[in-house]
Amino acid sequence: MSQDNGPSPWTVLAAGLWRENPIFALVIGLCPTMAVTNTVTNALVMGVATLVVLVGSSTLVSALRKVTPGPVRITIYIIIIATFVSAVDWALAALLPAAHKQLGAFISLIVVNCIILGRAEAFAARNAVWPAVLDALGMSLGFTLAMLMISAPREILGSGTLLGHPLFGPRFEPWVIMVLPPGGFLTMATELAILAWWRQRLAARRAPAEAT
Amino acid sequence: MSGPEPTSAKLVGTLTLAGLLSGLVLVGVFQATKPLIAANRAAAMQAAVTRVVPGAVQAASYERVGDKVQPSKVEVGAASDKPMAYAGLDKDGRVLGFAIPAEGPGFMDTIRLLYGYVPGKGTVIGMEVLDSRETPGLGDKIIKDADFVGNFKQLDSKPEIVGKKKGTKSKPNEIDFITGATISSKAVVKILNGSTAQWAQPLTTAAPPAGGKP
Repeated sequence: MSQDNGPSPWTVLAAGLWRENPIFALVIGLCPTMAVTNTVTNALVMGVATLVVLVGSSTLVSALRKVTPGPVRITIYIIIIATFVSAVDWALAALLPAAHKQLGAFISLIVVNCIILGRAEAFAARNAVWPAVLDALGMSLGFTLAMLMISAPREILGSGTLLGHPLFGPRFEPWVIMVLPPGGFLTMATELAILAWWRQRLAARRAPAEAT
Repeated sequence: MSGPEPTSAKLVGTLTLAGLLSGLVLVGVFQATKPLIAANRAAAMQAAVTRVVPGAVQAASYERVGDKVQPSKVEVGAASDKPMAYAGLDKDGRVLGFAIPAEGPGFMDTIRLLYGYVPGKGTVIGMEVLDSRETPGLGDKIIKDADFVGNFKQLDSKPEIVGKKKGTKSKPNEIDFITGATISSKAVVKILNGSTAQWAQPLTTAAPPAGGKP
């Protein structure tokens, strides 16, 4: 395939993972992030559900971009996204009832996750199908990765388990606040601070190298 | 997004088409997943019934109409507009007890639970919380605390269930509360008392399931 003008497929895919990571760089989609990162399993299922919705809706939005009239485009995007979310919701209830019960209303709420509508409007509506799919994949993998990074410390410290398996002996006293909402904010803030510091360091190291 | 302004007819047409296609997809997926979802719900309820009625291997639906309880055509676990109970049957079809779903306000949100009950004797023989949002580490002990759940293995519900401070229960109708989760414990007791009061009398009239023995 020819990618003469425009970014390479890898650049598009990698943007969502690190440079434009939805949670750690763009800081969007935080409502589900706070709500479902109390266990790693929940974060993983939420990540996969979001991936299916994001890739599906971005593909359709991009494929239909030339026949979608401008004034009603947001309405069309919402119809597309809501259809995918409802389908994923039922599919999860049918195939993974336990996970569906755990995540409750948050699966339906993917419809208002601003990552999805954001990528439809900012990327899929302006690009061909193939880059739109890569962008959606990168963004949802970045979203899942960030949720895993937040959920692992929360589950380990707050429940003493990882993926449901007990890690410490019976004498471990769980740090309950970590699985409650404040623990989500504490964990995310700590990780945001560390990553911001790291990004700054990388930028500072690159700057003098470019000057010479 | 450039070019001439689209006409109103085009906008209406596009949206109508989008709604129509979305509706078709949704109905298709709904129809495809509906039997699976119903089967999951029934399997989960069947399993829960066999846990709260020890010795039961299958369940049969009953519904309460007025002050009578009669066998129901509604499948186990399926939604119904009448209050439901499920008879726990042994392998010969004998009724060992009834599993009754009940719900009420907890500390955070509604607590839904299922309890095993022997009519006539008025004994609670098992209890399982089906759904709750009680505080992790505190209120959710109503699910995880083996001592608390163990309270309901042989509990007299007459005249009513009484909660006591941990370690002070002495009578067959008393249970030990969980230290640090008093509100959630009280909620469970209140739900059980409310539900047994409604079901105790009607259940004594319940006929055995078709083909089964009393």
